[in-house]
Amino acid sequence: MKKYNLYILALVAIIATTASSCKKNSTPDGTGSVTVHFDNRYASTDLALGTAYTTSNGETLTPTTFNYFVSNFVLVKSDGTKYTVPKDQCYHLVREGVDSSADLTIQNVPAGDYTGVQFIIGVDSAKNTAPVSERTGDLDVAGAASDMYWTWNSGYIFYKLEGMSPQAPYDSMMGMAMMYYHVGGYGGMSSATINNIRTVSLTSGTAAQVRSGHHSTVYLYADVDAVFNAPVQITIAANPGHMFDQYSTTISANYADMFSINRVTND
Amino acid sequence: MAGILLLLSVVAPSCKKKGSDQDVKFVAPASFPQPVYNMAANPLTQSGFVLGRKLFYDSRLSRDNTIACGNCHQQFASFVHAGHTVSHGIDNKLGHRNTPALVNLAWSYDFFWDGGVHDLDLVPPNPIKNPVEMDAQLPDVLAKLRNDSKYPGMFKAAFGTDEINTTRFLQALSQFMYALVSANSRYDRYVRGETKLSSDELAGLALFQQRCSTCHATDLFTDRSYHNNGIQTGISDSGRYNVTLDPADIGRFKTPTLRNIEKTSPYMHNGSLHSLEDVLDFYGASVHYSPTLDTVLQRGGTTGITLSADDKVKIIAFLKTLTDDDFLKDPRFSEQ
Repeated sequence: MKKYNLYILALVAIIATTASSCKKNSTPDGTGSVTVHFDNRYASTDLALGTAYTTSNGETLTPTTFNYFVSNFVLVKSDGTKYTVPKDQCYHLVREGVDSSADLTIQNVPAGDYTGVQFIIGVDSAKNTAPVSERTGDLDVAGAASDMYWTWNSGYIFYKLEGMSPQAPYDSMMGMAMMYYHVGGYGGMSSATINNIRTVSLTSGTAAQVRSGHHSTVYLYADVDAVFNAPVQITIAANPGHMFDQYSTTISANYADMFSINRVTND
Repeated sequence: MAGILLLLSVVAPSCKKKGSDQDVKFVAPASFPQPVYNMAANPLTQSGFVLGRKLFYDSRLSRDNTIACGNCHQQFASFVHAGHTVSHGIDNKLGHRNTPALVNLAWSYDFFWDGGVHDLDLVPPNPIKNPVEMDAQLPDVLAKLRNDSKYPGMFKAAFGTDEINTTRFLQALSQFMYALVSANSRYDRYVRGETKLSSDELAGLALFQQRCSTCHATDLFTDRSYHNNGIQTGISDSGRYNVTLDPADIGRFKTPTLRNIEKTSPYMHNGSLHSLEDVLDFYGASVHYSPTLDTVLQRGGTTGITLSADDKVKIIAFLKTLTDDDFLKDPRFSEQ
C-alpha cells in the first residue's frame, strides 16, 4: 500500500510538472486526492461510545457500537458534471472508536471544483452477491466485515447501532437493557426482498478545489440521533431491537439523512 | 446372477483405485443437470481437496476447539447427524433445524433449509458463527490456522503461497464439499443400464414418479425450490419467509434431496419423522393445512398424497435403491 502511494505521489508530481508547463486556460487539469472524513456526532456534540445521551424523543441512550458502510461515491463539480469513483476504491466501513476508519481517501480525482458528494449507505447488490475473492479489505467477511455480515442470510449489515438504554427491555443474557438496530438487505438474490440501500446527496458552499499536488478534505458530520426523529419518530421504548425485518426500512429512511457537510478544506 | 457378480468383480478393483486422494476429480454424472458451482474460479485439485477435508474435520474451527463440521455431518449418514432430530453444537446447545445432508452440493443454487446462503463458498461461515453450532469469530479461526505448524504448508501446496486468507479458506472447504458427489447407487447403475431393479423397486419408481417427483425432481431428487409440505401443525418455524419476508414463503422449506435417504433419518426440517414409513404415512394422512400449503398437496377438500399400504412398501423399496455405499464409505471423504 505504501509503495502504491509513493507511486501515485511520483505520478502526481510528474503530472503536476507537466501540467504547470502547459497550462493555457483556467480549467485545471491533472488529478488530485480527496479525503472524505466521517465525524460521528450526537446532536451538537462529538460522539463517544459509552457516554449517555438524551435522544430527541427524551429517551436515554448510551451507544456501545456505531458502524456503517458507505460506498459508490460520486463527486459533483459546480457545473454539475460528475466524477464516479471506481467502486472498488471506495467500499468503506466506518467504525466509531477506530480513528483510522474515519477517513476514506480517494486518489486520482480529476482536477476541478467539486461542490457535491453522493454515496450510498450500504453495499450495492452486485457486491453483496460477488464471489468471495472479490470481497477484500473492508468487505472481508472473515476479516474487517466479520461483524457486519449476516452469515445466515448472506449479505452485509449496512448500519449497526447498539447501546444501553433504560427504555429497552432488560436482557438477562447480556445482563443489561440493550437496544440494537442492525440494518441490511440489498433486495435479494433469488427472491425480491427488502432493500435498505440508501442514497446520500450533499452539497457544500465551499468547493473542494482538486488540483495536482493538492489535497482536499470534506468533513462530514453523521448525527446518530437522526435515526430517531424524522421522517418517522422512532422511540427505543416501542422499537428496542430490529434486524432483518420490514421495519428496518423505516429505520434506514430515518438515518438516510444523518449526514451533513461540516466544512471543506483545500491544502 | 453370475453375470452381475462378474461385472461387480470387474468394477471393484477400479473402485479401490478411486479411493485414493490421487484420484480426486469432479465428474458431472450424465444423468444430472449442469452443475451450478463455478468450478472455473475454484478448480478441484488434490492439495485443495486434502486441505478442505482437513478443515472440515478440524474442531479448531469452533470457538473452544470442540466441534468440527464433521461432528454433525457424518459420512456414513450421507453427512447428516445420524439419529439427531436437531444437532447439539458447542456447550451442548441445540440447533433448531435438522442437519441437512451434504451431497451433490455443486448443483445447489442456494443452501440451508431456508436458502439463506446463495454461494457454496459462503456456507461455512454460517455454522462457524452460529452461537449454537461452532460459535467462533472467523478472524479468530483464521488466526488459529496461521499459527498452526501444518496449515501454512498445506495452503501453499493448494494455492501457491502460504498466505491464509478468507478466499482460500472458504475455497478449500468448497473443494472438499463439491467433490461429495453421490451418483453410484443401484438406481444410478440401473439408469446406466448396468444393473436391474426388482419388480417392487420398479413399481415403486413408477409410483414415485407419479406422486413424488413434482418436488423431488430430476436425478438430483430435488426441484431445488421451496414448499410448505404441511409438516407443521402451527407454523412455529417460518422457514423461507425469514429470508425473503414474503408472506407466501411462510412455512416453506427447500426440498431436500432423497439420495441416501435410507441413511439420513430423522426426516423433515424439524427432524420430526423417524422412519421412511413415518414419512409416507405422513404424506398419506397427516399433512396439515395452512394458507401456504403447497397446491400439489391439496386435493379437493383433503390434503396429502393418495397412497395405499402396498404403494408405500413399493416406494420405500425404490427409495432404498438410492443408497450409494461407494459414497458412504469412500475413504477419500473420511477423516484421516
